Amino acid sequence: MSALLTIISRNWYDIRDLSNLSNAILERIRDAGGPGWLVYVVSALLGAGGIVAFIGGAAIINIWIERRVVGRMQSRLGPNRLGPFGLLQPIADAIKLMQKEVLQPRVADALVFSVAPIAFTVPGIVVLAVLPWGRNMTLADLDVGVVFILAMSSLAALAVFTGGYGSNNKYALFGAMRVIAMLVTYEIPSVLALLGLVLFTGTMNLASIVLFQEKYWLPLVLVQPLPFLIYFISSSAELNRTPADLAEAESEIAGGYHVEYSGMKFGLFYAAELINCVAISAIMATVFLGGWWTYKLDEIVPGWMLFIGKIYAVYFLFVWTRGTLPRFRIDQLLAFAWKWMTPMAFINIVVVAAEVLIWTETGWSAGLLLPVYVAVNGAFAVALIVGWVRFMGPKFSRFPDRPRFYSGIDVPSLPAYRQPAPEATGIGTAPSSTGVA
Amino acid sequence: MIDQTAVVVAFYVIAASTVACALMVAAVRNLVHAVLFLVLTFVGVAGIYVVLSADFVAVAQVLIYAGAISVLLTFAIMLTPGADRRNSETVYQGPAFVLAGLLLAVIVFVVYDTDWRIAGRGEFAVTAAELGRAFFKPYIVPFEVASVLLVAAMVGAIVLTREEADDAF
Repeated sequence: MSALLTIISRNWYDIRDLSNLSNAILERIRDAGGPGWLVYVVSALLGAGGIVAFIGGAAIINIWIERRVVGRMQSRLGPNRLGPFGLLQPIADAIKLMQKEVLQPRVADALVFSVAPIAFTVPGIVVLAVLPWGRNMTLADLDVGVVFILAMSSLAALAVFTGGYGSNNKYALFGAMRVIAMLVTYEIPSVLALLGLVLFTGTMNLASIVLFQEKYWLPLVLVQPLPFLIYFISSSAELNRTPADLAEAESEIAGGYHVEYSGMKFGLFYAAELINCVAISAIMATVFLGGWWTYKLDEIVPGWMLFIGKIYAVYFLFVWTRGTLPRFRIDQLLAFAWKWMTPMAFINIVVVAAEVLIWTETGWSAGLLLPVYVAVNGAFAVALIVGWVRFMGPKFSRFPDRPRFYSGIDVPSLPAYRQPAPEATGIGTAPSSTGVA
Repeated sequence: MIDQTAVVVAFYVIAASTVACALMVAAVRNLVHAVLFLVLTFVGVAGIYVVLSADFVAVAQVLIYAGAISVLLTFAIMLTPGADRRNSETVYQGPAFVLAGLLLAVIVFVVYDTDWRIAGRGEFAVTAAELGRAFFKPYIVPFEVASVLLVAAMVGAIVLTREEADDAF
């Protein structure tokens, strides 16, 4: 087997490292006498073309995954009429959206209305350029890759606002403002979770983070379980996925910020949400699960295939939470971020900084310290979560007689719940039918 | 791989688009459009930082300005009752032009009076690590004072906006 691998290595058809193929093309150009800038432009276009090809395939496949897998999780069949197992359903969806009329309200801001779906899509695609797809396969090897990812995630809030404002519709604007509040709130725990990782590996370069995991034979999810959980939850809030998709819940706010979009503009919003989810899954697969490195398996199977497999493993986690959990209220979401996730992320940073200090100051070998860190961090994460809920959470009541509101956040207080009426008997009193949305 | 002409072309393209967006911020009538053009200006300034090889500052510019400060401006405009679409015709346009002209004169004078030296292109240290070292060795006191200032601002914002709710946990 290894003889076979050494025979085919470094040829242009060695697809374990796609840079062989692009290097072969670039050498042809150089031998034919092309100038330096042409080589650079062609290599950039080849890399970008590969990423866009992956994005196109992912957007189509993920539509099927969302509908079929969520359907099976909810004990119902998903799409099953078009093609075997409904596999041609996304094509039908795309054709339907393309042939619909792209309506635009007459009083809407034309330019702002049209720019919003594009501004929502572009950061999600650009993020995939800084990720390492293989040992030599990074399109843009930035030294500040992690901060670049965070910057691109923060541009999504603006795109949502332009969509909601440009529709000239009060429900769209209302939904957009709630989404901005949620996105800005959930940026903080996600930044702090990734900060813990950057502290531990000592570099912000994503290729170096994967090489760190390769060097110490340790996917970082084992040694940092709490940042994995915090980043997963805050990303599912930033991506407007259930359980945090109150911005676009058709049953509550008539579709939120994309109520006025129809046809392929709405299709672009929908595809952009899936692409953003794929981008976040790719980031989590890179920094937490090891990217293209998988314990020497990447010498046989191409690393980028393993990377795509890990992307879909994390994406399956997102789809699993979507199919299982109900939707949260806006005050529950915001209180959860400010009162629970942000303090946890701060405590995690203190613990990680102490561990890194111990590692660098005492100079003990990594083989001794890292298993200890894995055990300590895992136990600490479990203890922190369970202890916080036990001692600092609200008291659990088996038959609640009034809903639990979080003060200061825009939930209208119902007069019926202000003080108990004299003739009410507590549990037997039916609550008012106009419940809080 | 990138030679000098590509850098110069990139700089002029980014600078031209940034100046155009900045002019549109002042010239457009609708206030929300002005905020969106301001966001494009921020991204253009980040591009100029990239031309200068300041990678961390460029990404921090996008993260902080285009990501957070623009949201702040958006909320400020949305929560102000008078921020109408046709609210840009005021009597203060004359004095504003005079003030802007004076500021322009000061900046042009400073640009012409400075002794610009073309530095030799040496080895670029990794900017994020250098910034971190600068925060913790010479500039530690301003760093701590800035964080105290931020905490004071947050506490002030919460005090200003809280309301006494007596029926909530």
